[in-house]
Amino acid sequence: MTGRAAADRTATDAQTRAHRRARLADAARLLPFLGAVLFLVPDLVLSDDPAAAGATAPWLTYLFASWLGLIGLALWIGRLHMRDLRDDADRESEAE
Amino acid sequence: MNLTFNLLVAVCLAYVTFLFVVAFAGERAAAKGRSLMRGPTIYTLSLSIYCTAWTFYGAVGYAARSGLEFMTIYLGPTLVFIGWWWGLRKLVRIGRAERITSIADMISSRYGKSNLLAVIVTLLAVVGTTPYIALQLQSVTLSFGVFAAPGTQASELTGLAFWVACGLAVFTILFGTRKLDIGERHDGIVSAIAVEAVVKLVALLSVGAFVVWGINGGAAATGEAIATSPVANWTAVPGRWAGLIFVSGAAVICLPRMFQVLVVENSDERHLVTASWAFPAYLMAMCIFVVPIAVTGLARLPAGSNPDLFVLTLPLAEGQGGLALLAFLGGFSSATSMVIVASVALATMLSNHVVMPLWLAAQNRDGSGQAQASISGDVRGVVLRARRASILVVLAMGYLYFLATGGTAALASIGLISFVGMAQVLPALGFGLFWTGATRLGAAAGIVTGFVIWAWTMLVPVLAGPTSVGPFGIEWLRPEAPFGLTGDPLLSAMILSLGLNTFVLCLTSLLTRPTPMEQLQAPRFVQVFDRTAAPRGRRSYHAGAEELLIMAQRILGASEAQEVFAAESRAQGRPSDLPETTPDLLDRLERKLAGSVGAATAHAMVTGITGDAAVSVEDLLAVADETAQIMDYSARLEASSAELVRTAGELRAANDKLTALGHQKDAFLSQVSHELRTPMTSIRAFSEILRGDEADGRVSDADRARYAGIILDESERLTRLLDDLLDLSVLESGQVVLNPADVTLRTVIDRAVTAAGTVSLGLRIDRDPEGEDVTLRTDPDRLSQVFINLITNAAKYCDADDPALRIAVMAAADGVIVDFTDNGSGIAAPDRGLIFEKFARLSDQAAAGSAGLGLAICREVMARLGGSIDYLPGQGGAAFRLRLPGETRTAGTARAAE
Repeated sequence: MTGRAAADRTATDAQTRAHRRARLADAARLLPFLGAVLFLVPDLVLSDDPAAAGATAPWLTYLFASWLGLIGLALWIGRLHMRDLRDDADRESEAE
Repeated sequence: MNLTFNLLVAVCLAYVTFLFVVAFAGERAAAKGRSLMRGPTIYTLSLSIYCTAWTFYGAVGYAARSGLEFMTIYLGPTLVFIGWWWGLRKLVRIGRAERITSIADMISSRYGKSNLLAVIVTLLAVVGTTPYIALQLQSVTLSFGVFAAPGTQASELTGLAFWVACGLAVFTILFGTRKLDIGERHDGIVSAIAVEAVVKLVALLSVGAFVVWGINGGAAATGEAIATSPVANWTAVPGRWAGLIFVSGAAVICLPRMFQVLVVENSDERHLVTASWAFPAYLMAMCIFVVPIAVTGLARLPAGSNPDLFVLTLPLAEGQGGLALLAFLGGFSSATSMVIVASVALATMLSNHVVMPLWLAAQNRDGSGQAQASISGDVRGVVLRARRASILVVLAMGYLYFLATGGTAALASIGLISFVGMAQVLPALGFGLFWTGATRLGAAAGIVTGFVIWAWTMLVPVLAGPTSVGPFGIEWLRPEAPFGLTGDPLLSAMILSLGLNTFVLCLTSLLTRPTPMEQLQAPRFVQVFDRTAAPRGRRSYHAGAEELLIMAQRILGASEAQEVFAAESRAQGRPSDLPETTPDLLDRLERKLAGSVGAATAHAMVTGITGDAAVSVEDLLAVADETAQIMDYSARLEASSAELVRTAGELRAANDKLTALGHQKDAFLSQVSHELRTPMTSIRAFSEILRGDEADGRVSDADRARYAGIILDESERLTRLLDDLLDLSVLESGQVVLNPADVTLRTVIDRAVTAAGTVSLGLRIDRDPEGEDVTLRTDPDRLSQVFINLITNAAKYCDADDPALRIAVMAAADGVIVDFTDNGSGIAAPDRGLIFEKFARLSDQAAAGSAGLGLAICREVMARLGGSIDYLPGQGGAAFRLRLPGETRTAGTARAAE
């Protein structure tokens, strides 16, 4: 009986892992699009608009903030990805 | 601190020496497999050569002139790197799987190993990169100029640039071309540029920190300074912002130096995951103080001073000599690291795709037509020499370009121009990685189109100066406003060149068919994730050594294979470990294996394992040929061995027959000697009696006559026996001479009856006159011999009271049948087979006067005459049927034969 429960748990774990892996890959794929949107905002907003002149400092802040945010997200995704890779390697070496 | 120019030069030299040491140490550490050398940190730092002197000095100048636009140069690569899942991952995976050595190699490999494409891309790279190298030399010169005493001649500074170029040449040749690495990795150079990356980051951050906190007094104050600065009046030119982000993103992949550190020098795909956030972080750190420095410089330094040099001049103006020195070293680092890696990348492309094919073609002038030779000893020497020469050529060209255009606007704007130029490779690369339908011709057409448009709209205005009217007065060919596009020149040039490039690529690819080589290569690139697993980085230097050993053991046997590998390990100075898969080892292994499985197969196996190069279609065809030869040879071996088995069987049968014949001969000889002995005994006995009694005088006349008669009879019997024997032997050996003649059967039978006359007086012979009236073509003597034999046999052995022999003749389909039937009791069934054998006699009584050879002789004679003799059962008495072949010319009625 415990064997059966353990097997069920393993199956659920595997499913959860696979789901998380897929979502992580999706996040990695979507991140550059988010970045593109964030970075292209100045172009859309500022172009040829005299009213926007003199706003360099706020724009600077905005750009660096979004830059930092993207780097943070990339760091997070990267960490999760590396942890997944390490888990895979561990499980493979266990299985051997 | 007063900074003399000579002190600066001394510091420079010390720094350069330090870099040499770092490079040596890096190479040594890499050879020992130290993990730091292969770590993600070094990888990310090496990517920093994206930030050249154009970043270090030029970003500030760019910011001073155009506000925030300078950030696009760094936002593009950021997007590319955080989007590593899309493009970079595939690029690096392919680079490692296919052992790509340069961007030209990448394009060429994807499109069927086309050397044409490789040459085009190499040319593009050289044209695009040479001005950039000149720009670096320019920056170094300018930065020296900042520290120089006011009266220094420009020529002195130019002379410095020359020495810098020479020093760079020495460094690059020393660490880039000392040995040929199969993966084209240059660990010494990578360590040096990693150190330089740290130096330039630290330098820029220090200057920035000084500006923000030292000069302005804090972040808030800096913010105010920015707000009140003319820089604040910047607005984004429509579309230029996005366009520049796109172009810089393209450049971070396509620039030869970037491709070199990103793909070629990559030792583990997982480093890319770290670089995906670490490299944007580095870029951000480089950028963070740019605007404050620009703003402060504009505010505090005299108007008209070069904003490009604010990083140096600001600290100097504020009396911070040490900081200025650090900044100088930072700028120096950025310039030199770019030149070193760019030279290596360009030299690799030039030597692999331009010099070596020409040299190999010259070597193979006898027309073997193979352009790809395995890297054997002397070829490797040529490659290294070609590499070194290329480095010198590249640096020389850079220096000359610098001399020609130094100090002019032509140089400052070359950065973006270079980016757009190298971006022309992007469509071919991008489509090549995701679309198997992209063909070589499409890629070539696209790149050439883009190149031409780029050169016309961007290079020409820069080199020839602005024009107001197009060539030949054609307005829409005017470089600055091609086709009448009056928007931003950079943007129009970029959109036009890349747009037409892509369009021509797609159109031509759709219209042309890929070559077989392309069809082989394309899926390897496009579907690389479906095929290969990411190789583990830690094993990269041993990649294949284990597998090679296993394979070698299977073919050469365990002891010999291990001996080869052990010898190599010892030679490499690592006796307790597997050897590195150097070209030497692979060469030796290939040659050893070729002895067992053939050269083509050995080559295919070795390259298949090391993944050195794709196993070419030519290789596979050669392997197929070899295999066919081997199979043919084995088939022939099998056939001859089957033949041998058959022959042995035949030999055995013949041996058995010979043994049997030997037995027969022995039996025959014993029988013959027995037959001969009997009459000889009588003859001798009676001769003795005659002689003895004659001597004694006791012989009477009657006795004498009787004895002589017996002796005579026995002698005659002996003679008859010997004659029969001789006759039989002649018949059996086939040496009998037949005298065929046309003769009637009646004649032969008459003759036989007459010849048997005295013996057969007691026998009544019934004949068939009508049937005997046939003409035969046969040997009459021999035939009558047979008839005589049968008649005398009947006379001797017929045991009827009134012996009669009936001779009947019948016609048969192919000749005549003659039956000799007597009215005796016939021959018992078990004896019927024996009577035709030699010396076969059925009763002792009848043995008197007969040797038992008669029927044997008859059988042989009949066989020679083309007929047969058989015993005919069921006739009451003994019956013999003779078949005689031949035409019958008779009027007699034919009777059906049995």
